[in-house]
Amino acid sequence: MWIYEKKLQYPAKVGKTDLRMAKYLVTQYGGPDGELSAALRYLNQRYSMPTNVTKAILTDIGTEEMAHLEIIATLVYKLTKDASPEEMERAGLGGHYADHDNALYYVDATGNPWTATYIQAKGDPVADLHEDMAAEEKARATYQWLIDLTDDPDLIDTLNFLRVREIVHFQRFGEALDLVQEYQNSKHIF
Amino acid sequence: MQREQLELLKRIQALEFTAIEFNLYLDTHPGDQRAFMDFVNTVRELEQQKEIYTRNYGPLIVDDTARQPCWNWIDDPWPWEIEY
Repeated sequence: MWIYEKKLQYPAKVGKTDLRMAKYLVTQYGGPDGELSAALRYLNQRYSMPTNVTKAILTDIGTEEMAHLEIIATLVYKLTKDASPEEMERAGLGGHYADHDNALYYVDATGNPWTATYIQAKGDPVADLHEDMAAEEKARATYQWLIDLTDDPDLIDTLNFLRVREIVHFQRFGEALDLVQEYQNSKHIF
Repeated sequence: MQREQLELLKRIQALEFTAIEFNLYLDTHPGDQRAFMDFVNTVRELEQQKEIYTRNYGPLIVDDTARQPCWNWIDDPWPWEIEY
């Protein structure tokens, strides 16, 4: 089970409301390489993992991704706070306003809804851990592109925190992959 | 949110982050006893700071509310409403 803690993992801050950035940033909420994809991918792959290390790392990184999802939601909430329909339309969010008003929704930067086809579970631990490592690198690159799109130092600070987390997760998944391969090889030695 | 409360919240966030870093590292290095001791010490300090926070400002998890004078779990600010 999970227990909700009434605080963010990181003090997420924005310098100003910015609908243009909100439109791009929402891809880390409901896009292919976003935090929802990450959390659901890892927490779902746990069940076919063969070792305690891989069960633990997918549980714990998957849980951290839920905290990152909340950080992204907070940033989008703050970037869009008190926006009028006219301002949303000018930022290319007229369609979003028609469907959702100021509510958050799981979409990518061009409005496509989240889909389970963004994630895979092959049941093969080596294949799944490779997918997870690639996912971390894609998320890291997305954060870099988002940082390139803004000059808000407060927003950049939080995006940079999230970017660096992807690097750490990549490292841990790589170590888990090595250990799984050692485990698989050891089973064939007589 | 008052400055003092905000500073304590940020200290808790920093300590919890340290604990998560040790947590993930220890998942793939479970035999590293030195890192384990660092984890233990970090969590001890984190628990102390959370205890001070909940006593002064309200619950962080719903069960903390059992040591509060009334059902203040629902009180604002919620995490996304805090101005850092």
